[in-house]
Amino acid sequence: MKFAILTFPGTSCEVDMQHAISTVVGGDSEIIWHKDADISKYDGIIVPTGASFGDYLRPGALAKSTELAKQVVAFAATGKPVIGVGSGFHILVELGLLPGAFLMNPSLKFETGKVNVRVNNNTKFTSAYEQDTVIALPYAQQFGTYYVDADTAKQLQDNNQVAFTYTDESFNSTAAIAGVINQQGNVLGMMPLPERAVEEIIGGTQGLPFFASTLKNWSEQ
Amino acid sequence: MTKVNVYVKLRESVVDPQGTAAKEALQAMGHNTVKNVRIGKLIELEVESNTVEADVTKMCDELLINKVIEDYRFEIEGE
Repeated sequence: MKFAILTFPGTSCEVDMQHAISTVVGGDSEIIWHKDADISKYDGIIVPTGASFGDYLRPGALAKSTELAKQVVAFAATGKPVIGVGSGFHILVELGLLPGAFLMNPSLKFETGKVNVRVNNNTKFTSAYEQDTVIALPYAQQFGTYYVDADTAKQLQDNNQVAFTYTDESFNSTAAIAGVINQQGNVLGMMPLPERAVEEIIGGTQGLPFFASTLKNWSEQ
Repeated sequence: MTKVNVYVKLRESVVDPQGTAAKEALQAMGHNTVKNVRIGKLIELEVESNTVEADVTKMCDELLINKVIEDYRFEIEGE
């Protein structure tokens, strides 16, 4: 299974993502620059983190202006998997592939560290985790507050679209949401960074089941 | 060339941590009259078009504004 890892000006964690995918058997990927790209031949798309276009205007907003953005929307409509982590989640939200929007952290600062999230294993990206297991994943973000209105939050919960939930009030996200999928279940966005938790030497392996689930479930399609 | 000012503000339901920080700073400086601060932004556009209003509305809807969290209005200033 081959993923395209998309890069825009400001993207910074594409190599971490490529490494994480390569740690799972059968995981292959290519790093793609947003210009002159054709992503239709890939089996999946990953938008890694790193402040695209400097987070100008709003985080993720200016990536909408690229030719590649239209391809990502078309790709998502085919039902193949599309994943955005960190700033990649911002981009998927701005493209309208996932609901909601992002606000600056309550601290107004860029923050980095590890955060606990509870996993919903009833998605094709998370099935290798135990249901409701709490994992610690790294994060690095200034715009970490996920916002949806109350009705949308309820819809997300009722439709099994909340994939990751903070275990406390971290980042003041609506309903403590840390990651969501779309209604069809093929687009995922999450703020914590699973690609930074795939080896003991970098501080944990709790991101590995994310890649294992994703590779297993989507290569069976 | 027509000058257009687009005023963007966070929707009432959205918490504004920048506004809260600014309010607390003002109060710490002794400005006890201030009860609330909300920080928005002003986008100045120069547009060359016979359909300025329609064009700017489209620009706001497609890129400049995220209606999930923001409201906006704009003023056309003329030549």
